[in-house]
Amino acid sequence: MTQVSTAPGATRAHQRFVWSHVIEPYLYLTPALVLIALVMLIPLVVGVSYSFQSIMLLKPGQAEWVALDNYVALWSDTKFWISLENTLVWTFGSLFFQFTLGLGLALLLNTQFPLKRLFQAIVFLPWAVPTFLTALTWAWLFNPVIGPLPHWLAAIGVLPEPFNILGDPDLAIWGPIAANIWFGVPFFAITLLAALQSIPSELYEAAEIDGASAWQSFTKITLPFLAPMIAITVMLRTIWIANFADLIFIMTGGGPANSTQILSTYIFTTAFKKLDFGYASTLAVALLFLLFVYAVVLLALRRRFVRL
Amino acid sequence: MAVARRNPLLTLGKYAAILFYLSFALFPLYWLLKISITPDQLIYTEGTALWPTDATLENFGKVIWQTDFLRFFWNSLIVSLAAAAITTVIAAGAGYAFSRFRFPGQKLVIALMLLTQMFPLLMIIAPIYKIVAMLGLLNSLSSLILVYTAFNIPFATFLMQSFFDGIPKDLEDAAMMDGCTRFQALRKVILPLTLPGLGATLGFIFTAAWSEVLFALMLIRSEDSMTFPVGMLTFVSKFSVDWGQMMAAGVLALIPSCLFFIFIQRYLVQGLTSGAVKG
Amino acid sequence: MARLDLVGIEKRFGGVEVLRDVNLSIADGEFIVLVGPSGCGKSTLLRMIAGLEDISAGEFQIDGQRMNEVPPRDRDIAMVFQSYALYPHMDVARNMGFSMEIRGAEASARASRVAAAARTLGLDKLTARLPRALSGGQRQRVAMGRAIVREPRAFLFDEPLSNLDAALRVEMRLEIARLHQRLKATMVYVTHDQVEALTLADRIVVLNGGIVQQVGTPLDLYQTPANRFVAQFIGSPTMNILGVSRTDSGVRLANGAEIALPGLSGPVAELGIRPEHLDLADPATAPLTGTADVVEHLGSDTNVYVQVDGVGPLMVRQHGHVPLRAGDRLGLVLQPGQTHAFTADGRTVRA
Ligand SMILES: Nc1ncnc2c1ncn2[C@@H]1O[C@H](COP(=O)(O)OP(=O)(O)OP(=O)(O)O)[C@@H](O)[C@H]1O
Ligand SMILES: [Mg+2]
Repeated sequence: MTQVSTAPGATRAHQRFVWSHVIEPYLYLTPALVLIALVMLIPLVVGVSYSFQSIMLLKPGQAEWVALDNYVALWSDTKFWISLENTLVWTFGSLFFQFTLGLGLALLLNTQFPLKRLFQAIVFLPWAVPTFLTALTWAWLFNPVIGPLPHWLAAIGVLPEPFNILGDPDLAIWGPIAANIWFGVPFFAITLLAALQSIPSELYEAAEIDGASAWQSFTKITLPFLAPMIAITVMLRTIWIANFADLIFIMTGGGPANSTQILSTYIFTTAFKKLDFGYASTLAVALLFLLFVYAVVLLALRRRFVRL
Repeated sequence: MAVARRNPLLTLGKYAAILFYLSFALFPLYWLLKISITPDQLIYTEGTALWPTDATLENFGKVIWQTDFLRFFWNSLIVSLAAAAITTVIAAGAGYAFSRFRFPGQKLVIALMLLTQMFPLLMIIAPIYKIVAMLGLLNSLSSLILVYTAFNIPFATFLMQSFFDGIPKDLEDAAMMDGCTRFQALRKVILPLTLPGLGATLGFIFTAAWSEVLFALMLIRSEDSMTFPVGMLTFVSKFSVDWGQMMAAGVLALIPSCLFFIFIQRYLVQGLTSGAVKG
Repeated sequence: MARLDLVGIEKRFGGVEVLRDVNLSIADGEFIVLVGPSGCGKSTLLRMIAGLEDISAGEFQIDGQRMNEVPPRDRDIAMVFQSYALYPHMDVARNMGFSMEIRGAEASARASRVAAAARTLGLDKLTARLPRALSGGQRQRVAMGRAIVREPRAFLFDEPLSNLDAALRVEMRLEIARLHQRLKATMVYVTHDQVEALTLADRIVVLNGGIVQQVGTPLDLYQTPANRFVAQFIGSPTMNILGVSRTDSGVRLANGAEIALPGLSGPVAELGIRPEHLDLADPATAPLTGTADVVEHLGSDTNVYVQVDGVGPLMVRQHGHVPLRAGDRLGLVLQPGQTHAFTADGRTVRA
């Protein structure tokens, strides 16, 4: 046997270990981390601190710490409560249709039919359409001058006469929701389709041999298999939709009479139009808090009902 | 599956569903195109007809030559391409680190990245505005590039990681035995094999940057550096009756996204979902 | 060419100890085969030699020089992977010449070395193809070619033939044996296949649970296994093990038969006998009697699974064709001097 050389080898070994297990990975990560920290994490902390200050760009030189004043104002701000209610309608209204239509599309795409690839490309297309364009297009579709929708809705008796629902406080919210459904169905279809394709086909064959009906295979195999994916997708998507201000901002600007104002558009208009950064940040913190509570509740529910 | 094979009613239902999804997806885009090629004088009489009796490309000509759209288009192209390219390079590095190393702090870094996907981005619109203003970068495209790059890095990183995960580790080991440093192995062996993945990531980020409105509205107020969405919104509020031109501009805005979409389409189901569940 | 020394090598993944105190000296030009059950750490050991895996403790030396911190590229060792790991985007010639390309060798030198290797391996017509356009056997050859072109100090093989069908495996095994004779290079070879191990190896290393059980020539391991694990692992069909009790002159089987093992000292709990070291005999006089359970006629050999009275099942292998049928009564004798005695914890007791 040869002699084992001692100490210097050990330090070199340590150096190599540190290099390949600590330094090298962080070399690859650093640019990403630096950018995320600078552009997202630090501003996030700053944003939270704004909610305790009075910062109005229109009245410069008046930035000051105001403790919980913003939050007190928030509590008695009727517009906040209206927005909160609208946020719920907007989020779950969109989510319900996106999910059902998306699931239907995924099931359809999981079968065979002629020209399926082309069909898939076309039905996924709305997802690639820039949001501002989706918003404008749907706003135009609802416009009785150049859009067909009011006329059709009137023809089937939903509307008494063809008018723009975006101008009607009772109905306006359904305009952006329609646009959001159009835009969001492909996302659900894509995720659910991927999950569907990961279900081993032997399971269906076995069920068929065992005499299960199509409906039984769906409820006994497909749904249980999809459940974990559905839970996580729905949770992420809810948060995403609740944060998603673009469509409403462009289509209605929150109007008429705040009937389509949701929290995220309220945040944006407060920051963008009033340049009241303190109150905008307060609203944002409130939204973040609500989403956090929602996520915690949903995760707890999932742990209970979906065995992973 | 077995379902549709047997029951003729189900088969009929299936084709009805196919037709429904097709028209639902295509109709709004068809309408956009239709109005954009309808001559001005017919808009009010035939605005809501399914089919124009006459067609013209005049609106496109006007949009391109008589308005600032060409500049908006150009600005957007610069911003989106730059953001997509930078993001992809940076995310490739980070995704590679996640895929090939186990290092201290990994869980924390992943958690931070997930966090950035969860909180309302609007939360940082005010701080970002102040920082950008402080740096004197308001109305500059570079501020937008920087912001879009950072926003998209987490998602792009997870996406790239899933592509790297799909490449056998043996290949890298073989390259290192063949005399490569780790970086050489990445450059000569792994990256060429990830090209489709890099392309898909580039496409996703380009599309995202191309359609971003809110931060662009906030950070860009001068006409010279407006991106396409901002320019178009301004245009819409100024000339709200020039339907044909607006829709022609919309069709133009659709082109780059659609090109990228056609390219990334086939990676959607396999690539996107294998690693990440995000939009 | 090189001598490889492993001195007290250990490997831990987190808290899990995968290899413990591996000591091994591999002579220049030696062909060493690592065998052991799945998960025993063969690949890990090979990858530590290659430099792809950190060494947790101990030292690895090439020609007496410590290598622990030397990255794979500077060890001048080539490795053939089980998956072949051919670069999918490079043609065969570039795959084989990649190491020279990386080291900045001249194109002409590279081309001639690649051409020579391709000729040796019968790949000359395929050099312009991409790996995906090759058959399994051809891919395997390219993987070997990639190693040969480098003219490295040592070759490592991790189950290089396990993805091939049986016929091709035999052919490639011969190819590797020829290669070793021609290059006289140090080779370390991991396999699951006993025949590969016994035919190729100068010495075999038997690993189990991360511990080296025995190192020796194929014949050593067959004839004088260090413990019951090696005895059962080497040789096919597997050695029979019988529970025994110690007597003054030898051991007593469960059916009462006594076997003399002169010169044996210490306690003995089990007796091992290979199937080929049991002979059929007249049931009336034989020490063991039983009933044939299953009889396999292989032509060259006959395998008989015997239910031995008072002892249990034993396997017997007879040369040539033996006209036996299931249910036949038969007697068995143990060939003298061919038994292996083990203690209760499985160590070999030698005479
Ligand atoms: N990166 C790792 N992290 C944790 N444990 C590992 C790692 N790599 C291998 N192991 C463990 O180390 C042990 C040895 O693995 P190794 O791959 O060397 O086995 P092997 O002898 O080559 O098996 P096989 O014959 O199946 O290829 C196994 O128990 C394995 O689970
Ligand atoms: Mg192995």
